[in-house]
Amino acid sequence: MDSELKREIMLDNYTNPFHKETKDEKEYIKVNGNNVSCIDDINLYIKLQNDIIVDAYFDGEACAISTSSTSIMLKNIIGKTKDEVRKYIENFENMIYEKDYDESILGEAIVYNEIYKQESRKTCATLPYTALLKALKKYFDN
Amino acid sequence: MHREDFPMLKQDLIYLDNGATTFKPYSVIEKMVDYYSNYCANAHRGDYTISYKVDIEYENARTKIAKFINADIDEIVFTSGTTEGLNLVVNGFFENLIEPEDEIIISKSEHASNVLPWFRLANRKGAKIVYAPLDSNLHITIEGIKSIITPKTKIIALAEITNVVGDVRPIKEICEIAHQNNIFVVCDGAQSVPHRKTDVKDSDIDFLVFSGHKMCGPTGIGVLYGKKELLEEVDPIILGGGMNESFDSEKEILLKDIPHRLEAGTPNIAGVVGLGAAAHYLENIGMDNISIYEQKLKAYLVERLMQLEHITIVNEEADSGIVAFNVEDIFSQDVAYYLNKYNVCVRAGNHCAKILKSVTGVKNTVRVSLYFYNTYEEIDSLIELLQDRDKIMKEMI
Repeated sequence: MDSELKREIMLDNYTNPFHKETKDEKEYIKVNGNNVSCIDDINLYIKLQNDIIVDAYFDGEACAISTSSTSIMLKNIIGKTKDEVRKYIENFENMIYEKDYDESILGEAIVYNEIYKQESRKTCATLPYTALLKALKKYFDN
Repeated sequence: MHREDFPMLKQDLIYLDNGATTFKPYSVIEKMVDYYSNYCANAHRGDYTISYKVDIEYENARTKIAKFINADIDEIVFTSGTTEGLNLVVNGFFENLIEPEDEIIISKSEHASNVLPWFRLANRKGAKIVYAPLDSNLHITIEGIKSIITPKTKIIALAEITNVVGDVRPIKEICEIAHQNNIFVVCDGAQSVPHRKTDVKDSDIDFLVFSGHKMCGPTGIGVLYGKKELLEEVDPIILGGGMNESFDSEKEILLKDIPHRLEAGTPNIAGVVGLGAAAHYLENIGMDNISIYEQKLKAYLVERLMQLEHITIVNEEADSGIVAFNVEDIFSQDVAYYLNKYNVCVRAGNHCAKILKSVTGVKNTVRVSLYFYNTYEEIDSLIELLQDRDKIMKEMI
């Protein structure tokens, strides 16, 4: 994928993010994602039934990388089991931190495969993933 | 002006984040290196020559700072910065004075450090926080202050210049009204002392705090000014060496006089002498020259920004070198990332004024904060980069 197409996908997910909405659903787990060094501030809402993420949405304000990354992540996790999601997160983080990863399970999230070139933006891309891990922990610890 | 004095300005950078911190001139850096290289001893232990020199240089710096804001020498307390200064005033002075139902006036555009210590004091003592009304330009007016003073008002704590809106508050007039009503005035000078002439005798401020690093000085050093009779009543919140005269095994402690009793522990000696050099440096340029130049530069920046339709300025009326704006439908941090690709340093965010959004409806902005070493050419470069919204969108990621 050339960088022009990657940028287009990111921008598209930034300007028309998937499941970015303001609503207050009680049966969803809510977690906040924010970075110490910047002003990204999103809330992630996850609905789990048994081991499956049946729905998810987000709200808040964040930069283009964080917002698009959240949008793409939500598209990729709905309908997946806890174990599939964990594997997906692990592979995404491996890609960001320049380790071996399986491209085939990342879908659109592959657009961030060169983000390592901009050191300060790695945490933008991983912001929703850190929040998602927090949400899973919150759910399965209870 | 004076760009040749700053080693940082040799880099290919356009630095427009002076509200966060400022660059340091050679004279400040050399003063600190001189201490570490040539007379690196502790203060107030003057049994040998180099330690004696520390005392002389340390107190010389105090004299320079006192002169810089027209205070007396023993009214200057060195702190680690504005934040510590405010915490010292709140916890060491007002803690003993405030009573339930007393009212503390602040504003919604204050920096966190002039908000949170007051919140905690109010919570502890059952006192009330009252917000000074902001007019349509987000400015504080004398009429507004008058309208909220009650017999319960005990403190007015305001920045002379706020770090987002950049409005210059009429501190002298505020002090006049406050003192007529037996109210103390605490002034956060972090954004004003570096940029305009400060005269504590003329304005009659009770307490003034400011930071060294925002006025060409080192980080980790700042000043608390207090009127002598008030400083005498400030309880030290840190106890230890350097601040006591004597103590015995019966727990009797005799403290030193002010300001030394408020400077416990080995002080930030390099910071203090560096700050003295910074005050000296600024005074040589002339604080009036600095503020006049900055206002002209700011007017030019606002005029150029206003020509761009996709840009909304939050504070075009402010009389300081601070301009906060947004580019239509682009998150402020993305604008900052984009500008950084061209070595332009600006700040994005809420700038530590987190309750301001309840007044403006704008949570985050791009902030340009100028200093005397910025130029018209730098503004032109910034405008050129901001001219094309599509280019920003395309290059921000």
